[in-house]
Amino acid sequence: MSLDKEKIKHVAKLARISVNEAKVDSLTKDLNSIFKFIEQLNELDTNKVEPLTSILNQSLRSRKDEINDGKIREKVLKNSPKDSKEFFVVPKVVE
Amino acid sequence: MVVMKSEKFDYFINGDKGKYEVVIGLEVHAQVLSNSKLFSGSPTKFGAEPNEHVSLIDSAFPGMLPVINEECVKQAVRTGLGLNAKINNYSVFDRKNYFYADLPQGYQISQYKNPIVGEGKVLLDMPYGSKEVGIERLHLEQDAGKSIHDMDPSNTYVDLNRSGIALMEIVSKPDLRSPDEVNAYIKKLRSIMRYLGTCDGNMQEGSLRADVNVSVRKVGVKEFGTRCEIKNVNSIKFMQMAIEYEASRQVELLESGKEIDQETRLFDTKKNETRSMRSKEDAHDYRYFPDPDLLPLKLDQKLVDDLKKSLPELPDKKKERFVKDYGLNAYEANVLVSEKEISDYYEEVAKLSDNKLAATWMMGDLFAMLNDKGLNISNSPISAKDFAELVQAIKSGEISGRIAKEVFEIMIESGDNPKKIIETKGLKQQSDPKELEKMINEILAKNKDKVDQYKSGKEKLFGFFVGQVMKSSGGKANPQLTNEILKKLLKG
Repeated sequence: MSLDKEKIKHVAKLARISVNEAKVDSLTKDLNSIFKFIEQLNELDTNKVEPLTSILNQSLRSRKDEINDGKIREKVLKNSPKDSKEFFVVPKVVE
Repeated sequence: MVVMKSEKFDYFINGDKGKYEVVIGLEVHAQVLSNSKLFSGSPTKFGAEPNEHVSLIDSAFPGMLPVINEECVKQAVRTGLGLNAKINNYSVFDRKNYFYADLPQGYQISQYKNPIVGEGKVLLDMPYGSKEVGIERLHLEQDAGKSIHDMDPSNTYVDLNRSGIALMEIVSKPDLRSPDEVNAYIKKLRSIMRYLGTCDGNMQEGSLRADVNVSVRKVGVKEFGTRCEIKNVNSIKFMQMAIEYEASRQVELLESGKEIDQETRLFDTKKNETRSMRSKEDAHDYRYFPDPDLLPLKLDQKLVDDLKKSLPELPDKKKERFVKDYGLNAYEANVLVSEKEISDYYEEVAKLSDNKLAATWMMGDLFAMLNDKGLNISNSPISAKDFAELVQAIKSGEISGRIAKEVFEIMIESGDNPKKIIETKGLKQQSDPKELEKMINEILAKNKDKVDQYKSGKEKLFGFFVGQVMKSSGGKANPQLTNEILKKLLKG
């Protein structure tokens, strides 16, 4: 697998990272060499191996269905840049 | 292009170049009934002040760890069992990445490769027979917050109360073929979940909404056509309108030799049309991966078995029982099991009165009244006990059907029970043959001319005599007895 410039821009956009046009070339080169290194893993046949999602052989911890949170609007909204006291306010999103 | 409907399955779109079949699959999002959210202890109750039901987890503060609500897991399993589906003892939570203002985490916790529930099926009762619709899967996921676009011309306001509430996404196979089948499917799902108590099915409050996948193909063709997905439709009527519009649009494209783009579309309820939501270049790239904050969910088979044992009687089983035990026909049984509360009401009435009459009067006068007043069975002004008393009074011959309608009206207005109304208003049916005969004799004596006309062959006058008896008895004369006595006396 190799990455071209368009792919780099696309990934940057998905990750919401602004990438300077001048840096795209060097980034493409760097990332490609990293990918090449990782590619080595494809030499292994992993068809019959389940992906390892955790090294702990235990099941998910759960909680009881109880209300013990919320009602902390002031705290929740404290760091929002524009605060209307009730809502998060963000630049207009139009679909 | 004409869309036809009939008793036999007949939903096709006739184009100039052939007849097209519409293929529909639904992704239903059903809000799980639970006290607190899927991964946090905030309340789920609808209608709170903005951002009051939000914790630091729901608003995705750094360092917060999600912990799953065991009741939400049980609710998903119950629903899966209600859909006759395979329960997966091993399932995994994944991150579905996308960027939007009402999704503070930047990803939704969902299940991708390993959902908690696998294949199942739902039975629909259509006028042309029973139809099985396959369920592909059911998985648990978080709901997003709500964006409000019309409070400010340059800003969007975000309320995270809904953020993190548990949803069940129920994906059907592409087995539906008409808007009527979609209607029946949604109603059946809703009914099953309400019986189970796993989702309240309240479409106005957004507890049940769906993405609708639509494609068309010429009748006889086996391959599916290219489908379009209509996002987030929140009423059955809108789903049906969107399907009709979308199917016609696709047929028109095909007929004029164009191709259908696989895309996500939006249904504009004001213009009654679907339109493209985003172009292909902007198509979502969700980059699913297992959520490192959450270990795989392993279900003990004993838990699944215990939940299965504790399930209530579901609509299909109840319908069978109503037909068998109460002697109802399939249609009556279907209507009476559609909501658990209706079936409970019916059973209470039937036990205290008559099975068949109870069904007839419930589906007739009671439903009409509730419909009129915008009420449902749970807040009916007439209790099951009082209604049973009314049905029993008809059954025993104490009052006629006509008087019963009168009593019914008074019950709604006064809240009194039928016995009291019948007594105080003197509405009891006159069923004493001697008294009736005396009254009828008086009427015949008063109308000698009409009696003569009747006897000379003008038999239509029989109705006139019945009318007179009813009039002078205030509608209380037993109709059957009146007929018998009249016939006897007019012969003599």
